[in-house]
Amino acid sequence: MAKKLTGIEIYKLLPRTNCRDCGFPTCMAFAMQVAAKKVALDQCPHVSEEAKAALGEAQAPPMRTVTIGTGDRAWEVGGETVLFRHEEKFHRPCAIAVRVPDDLPPEGLSAQVKEATSLRFIRIGQEIGVNLIAVEHRGGDFPAAVQAARESTDLPLMLICEDPDLLGKALAACGDGRPLLYPATPGNLEAMAALAKEHSCPLGVKGDGVEGLAELTGRLKELGVEELILDPGARGLLPTLTALVRLRRLALVKTFRPVGYPTLAFASGDDPWELLAQGVAYVCKYASVVVLPRIGPELALPLLTARQNIYTDPQVPNAIEAKLYEVGGPGPDSPVLVTTNFALTYFTVEGEVERSKVPAYIAVIDTEGLGVLNAYADDRLTAEKIIKTVREYGVMDRVNHNKLIIPGLVAVLRMEIQEETGWEVIVGPEDAAGIPAFLKNEWKPN
Amino acid sequence: MAIEVPDVRESFSQAIYTVTLGATPQEGGTRERTVTVGGERALPFHHFDGEIPHPPVVAMEVWDIPPQDWPPVVRTPFQDVLDDPGRWAAKCVEEYGADLICLRLVGCDPNGANRSPEEAVQAVRRVLEAVKVPLIIWGCGAPDKDNDVFPAVAEAAQGENCLLGTITEDNYKTLTALATAYGHKVIAESPVDINIAKQVNILAMDAGFPLEGLVMYPSTAALGYGLEYVYTIMERTRIAGLRGDKLMAMPMLVDVGREAWGVKEARAPKEEQPQWGDERVRGPFWEAATAYTYLLAGADILIMRHPEAVRATKLTIGKLMGEGA
Repeated sequence: MAKKLTGIEIYKLLPRTNCRDCGFPTCMAFAMQVAAKKVALDQCPHVSEEAKAALGEAQAPPMRTVTIGTGDRAWEVGGETVLFRHEEKFHRPCAIAVRVPDDLPPEGLSAQVKEATSLRFIRIGQEIGVNLIAVEHRGGDFPAAVQAARESTDLPLMLICEDPDLLGKALAACGDGRPLLYPATPGNLEAMAALAKEHSCPLGVKGDGVEGLAELTGRLKELGVEELILDPGARGLLPTLTALVRLRRLALVKTFRPVGYPTLAFASGDDPWELLAQGVAYVCKYASVVVLPRIGPELALPLLTARQNIYTDPQVPNAIEAKLYEVGGPGPDSPVLVTTNFALTYFTVEGEVERSKVPAYIAVIDTEGLGVLNAYADDRLTAEKIIKTVREYGVMDRVNHNKLIIPGLVAVLRMEIQEETGWEVIVGPEDAAGIPAFLKNEWKPN
Repeated sequence: MAIEVPDVRESFSQAIYTVTLGATPQEGGTRERTVTVGGERALPFHHFDGEIPHPPVVAMEVWDIPPQDWPPVVRTPFQDVLDDPGRWAAKCVEEYGADLICLRLVGCDPNGANRSPEEAVQAVRRVLEAVKVPLIIWGCGAPDKDNDVFPAVAEAAQGENCLLGTITEDNYKTLTALATAYGHKVIAESPVDINIAKQVNILAMDAGFPLEGLVMYPSTAALGYGLEYVYTIMERTRIAGLRGDKLMAMPMLVDVGREAWGVKEARAPKEEQPQWGDERVRGPFWEAATAYTYLLAGADILIMRHPEAVRATKLTIGKLMGEGA
């Protein structure tokens, strides 16, 4: 939420002549209306350009949104509005970038780029994956490495190279792909700004702490570059976390414009355990781009899942696709369980069914993402709906019994379903934790 | 042209309650060391906001019967001790550096081995003798059975200042009375619901149990399985506590190992899920990543299983507390 100007503050920006050309009796009355967003500032024919700029500035979002790359794989970061998920939501999942050094032999580089690009998984119906390939200059042939990376992936690139001349040469291989350029430092600022402008690329700024960053962004703004991503320069878990928290609070709580940009954090070291700890921490606390060295699927999967969790919109019920799920390869003897499409409910039920080692069908009813009790209270889990859905799935034709297990919390629906269909409706446990015991001890197909 | 950067430190009106577990011989127990959590006056590892006097701690899980559903990756390290809770606990403390032991009385489950209160007491005694760190003792979760078992267990551990769990909205009177009588602390459980969490604390308080004797357990979800709900409930709880809500200012506990090792991302062998990589690496990573996330939401006590995940989590806690900086 941008800091709103008060009526008094707007009044101070007006000519204060009470000329009434705006249609209001006094400048103060007009200012109050502008503050309440009931009229636009330009309804005053005499307002200065400075006043317009000041007001526009105040209405700008507190953190910019920056796009890296182009096309389908372009990734937007920043534009965040809150410190905690429950205050609204986190808007744009942070980018996960994997570093590839330019001093690898060409085939090795290409293989690593492909390997990182292939770190993609489907979870809860969403594809989660690595978002950026960060080609890093480490004394190799940087332009050639960038060219090779470019040919080996459809992901946007991040170009890590402090030498603007070399970076410029590498950029020639990138067309209009808008890679993220990094790092702009006090030593190369003008040249990096020129490259970012010429190729309309986002620019990663590395500052010496928050104060250093604030100074650099001010200079970059004067140079006309505002698609910025900020690296506070801290390394290691606690210093980086501390800097990220400080930047986020400055941007959102204090509307401190010089750091009102997305952020960038490097997971450093080569112990995978430490990389995982840093990666998860920076995902939770405020990095917009997390840069890691080479990682395997064992690390990528939990890290990407953590990002998916943290960036889930808490205001939207988390729903899964309503369909017939098969757990453990069920057959004609297997039980049929009914549950809702609230993701947490479903995955809990699925987990307990797996734990029971009894293969089963789970018929998921579309309750628009509500859990069993809420759905029942809201008439989204009714006998009618269960019957209709179970019939649509045709699951009772696939089993050699006519038993349907409904959640214990809606035991009240049992008779209605039974009378309408002739199925034998069995009331399951109230809590998913009771499913293994229930399936092992009480379930019999015939 | 130095730019003036605003101060963003936030100061909080209330510290989280400090809870000490275990009792030394001078204090009426037999523990060689006690464990203290809580006391923080800052969001997790936001040291600039206020004091964080005690690091979060890791309790390792020990069962009274050999577990059947632990996948090989987390079972193997304990293969030689699974049938003896005492040796199992000793291995956790001596080899893997557990701060506490969480003895889970799974064997008492009426739907399982249905072991007697006397057998539960034996397991408690075995662990108390085998290790000198504080204990968490977790019931089987069937309310009636827990109410049968805990009187004997709480008495057997008298004076040891254990953490007993759990009390819920529907079952709190027995355990709070026992904890008062025999000198223990209590885990207050709620089903991922901040209002019920507060309600359980109020019920315990109204039953005469001190708020300073409670550790909140907001339920736990594995990474990828609703973790964000618990994460956010914990953040909200912690913020409420720090801002002055005395009924929400307890240390928090998460049951990481039990949840993390129940999901297929941690369990599935590589042959089943080749694109997920080696389960011997992935499983412990899953548990550790779950733990790391909850650390940032305010967890003070983490119950865990795999030695490698425990080691990494303790190392991470050290870093987050500024050790070696």
